[in-house]
Amino acid sequence: MSFRIVLAEDSVLLAEGVVSLVSRFGHSVVEVVDTAANTAPAVERHSPDLLITDVRMPPGNGDDGLVAAVAIRAAKPELPVLVLSQYVEQSYAAKLLDSNDGRAVGYLLKDRIGAIETFAEAVAQIASGGTVIDPEVVRQLLRRHRDPVERLSSREKEVLEAMAEGRSNAAIARALFVTEAAVNKHVSSIFTKLDLPMDADDHRRVRAVLTYLRR
Amino acid sequence: MHARTAWQAIAQSPLRFLTSAWPWRSLVYLLSGVALGVIAGTILILMAAAGVLLLMVLIGVIVIMMVALAGIVYARFERWRLRLVDLDPAPDPHQPVTEPGLRGWLKTRLREPATWREFGFTFIALAGLWWIDLGVLAMTLFFPFYFMSVPLEGDPNTWPWVIIGIVILLPAPYTITAWAGARAALARAILSPRDDELGAQLQEVTRSRARLADAFDTERRRIERDLHDGAQQRLVSLSVQLGLTRLGAEPGSDVERQLLSAQDQINLTLAELRSLIRGVHPQVLTDHGLEAAVLSAVDSVPVPVTVDIKVPRTDAESAAYYVITEALANIVKHSKASQASVKCRVHTDLLILEIRDDGVGGADPARGTGLTGLADRVAAASGRLRISSPPGGPTLLHVEIPCHFA
Repeated sequence: MSFRIVLAEDSVLLAEGVVSLVSRFGHSVVEVVDTAANTAPAVERHSPDLLITDVRMPPGNGDDGLVAAVAIRAAKPELPVLVLSQYVEQSYAAKLLDSNDGRAVGYLLKDRIGAIETFAEAVAQIASGGTVIDPEVVRQLLRRHRDPVERLSSREKEVLEAMAEGRSNAAIARALFVTEAAVNKHVSSIFTKLDLPMDADDHRRVRAVLTYLRR
Repeated sequence: MHARTAWQAIAQSPLRFLTSAWPWRSLVYLLSGVALGVIAGTILILMAAAGVLLLMVLIGVIVIMMVALAGIVYARFERWRLRLVDLDPAPDPHQPVTEPGLRGWLKTRLREPATWREFGFTFIALAGLWWIDLGVLAMTLFFPFYFMSVPLEGDPNTWPWVIIGIVILLPAPYTITAWAGARAALARAILSPRDDELGAQLQEVTRSRARLADAFDTERRRIERDLHDGAQQRLVSLSVQLGLTRLGAEPGSDVERQLLSAQDQINLTLAELRSLIRGVHPQVLTDHGLEAAVLSAVDSVPVPVTVDIKVPRTDAESAAYYVITEALANIVKHSKASQASVKCRVHTDLLILEIRDDGVGGADPARGTGLTGLADRVAAASGRLRISSPPGGPTLLHVEIPCHFA
């Protein structure tokens, strides 16, 4: 599947890298904007399948890029948004997860772009309505819930981490070198221990975990 | 304890007082008071008279003004003399002259109250004090010696005068020192800087300290921005390039492995750079405020910390943030606490911080640099730091920082 993407990134070097990366996977960047003030008009013009934006952008050089993306989501709740960031602090991801229940959003550290295949996978997942959160941010969320998370076995913790990042059972199974059935077993054990309602839908399940972790 | 003033010296044991230099210093003080009074009085009376006479040719105005300003010079002599009987220095109460030239000097001097206090003191000294000095000297020294010298005139029957002389001479060290002390107290009260005059200097010091803190803050932000816009972006781009090159490499080949390892190195560097930048200036503080910044800082603290921060955006949050992180670092290092809590509120124009832990207590600002560093931070923000830390704990840090809404 190929997506039409609007990219908001003020570093020319990095913008070029992302453009050539996504085109390698058959997607096309329809416009690159270098200030958050132009993000909304560009989205309006192109109605893209995905918006990728940097957090720190002109004009304010604060979290203008993120603020613009959240504002656009308020008007178009279904527009998938991937936010690229240098900040691990979960307050940035929280703003995004609060918009339209965290459907079709991603928050990734820029470090992850270099892992080309994983990045391309994340792009596809977000564009199809999924939620992807950077493992570093997830780890921060896990640390905040020391008590209940301590009840999990170390393998279960790994599975929880991968789930919160937005991976499907199949992807988790591949990453941990176990069968999907084993992952299923861990998942149901996690949900029981954390007292979460089970859900067959992958996307909804990720959001349940994230909601829990952000409590 | 060593006496610092004439009066303190009087309070010592008589032997110690009488053998000390204080009576002699007091004597010199009074003698110089008489001399200064006579000389200055003469000069000023002559000048005033000349001024009145010259008034018709207008130069008199200048001379009369010089008489008015003579207090500045006279007071300088008085403060200098004061050291004879009062060891603590009496600072100059005048403001620094900011404008150049005689005009600027006159403008500053004529406007400040210190000048007129000195003028008043000069009048008191010349009209009243110097001849009291003279009177005291006469009563305590001249008459005793005069009485003692009476028999020398040839009449042996007048010997009882010698005893009378000696008897009134004996208390002289006390009376002389007592009057010198009183006169010195008067001089210090009028001629040394008032609280607000001293306050101006203190305020200047505080302000420059705050300026320094601001400059550090600005510099930290600049370094953070440079690292973010420069090194971080370049490293990410480099990693993307390597990643794209890796896609072209044969799977499982040496080249692919080496590219992967290079990317791993970059990611490690990026992670280190990120925590370095965070230490220099946490951007989350600027973007999302104190609560978000503290919540995220707390994640890396090995002791569980309850965070209760409900504050609007103010200009004190940067100071508050560093106070909190430094206090938490202290807790981790010294307190052996099993839990800690941070509470922060704003009441009108004061940001109030309470940082508690259930550790061993005994934190003492006099020992160790942790608390001193904290106190410095609070002081630079014109705040107050109070600490309660009995041995055995718990420790409570109460910090108040003045703030304005951002």
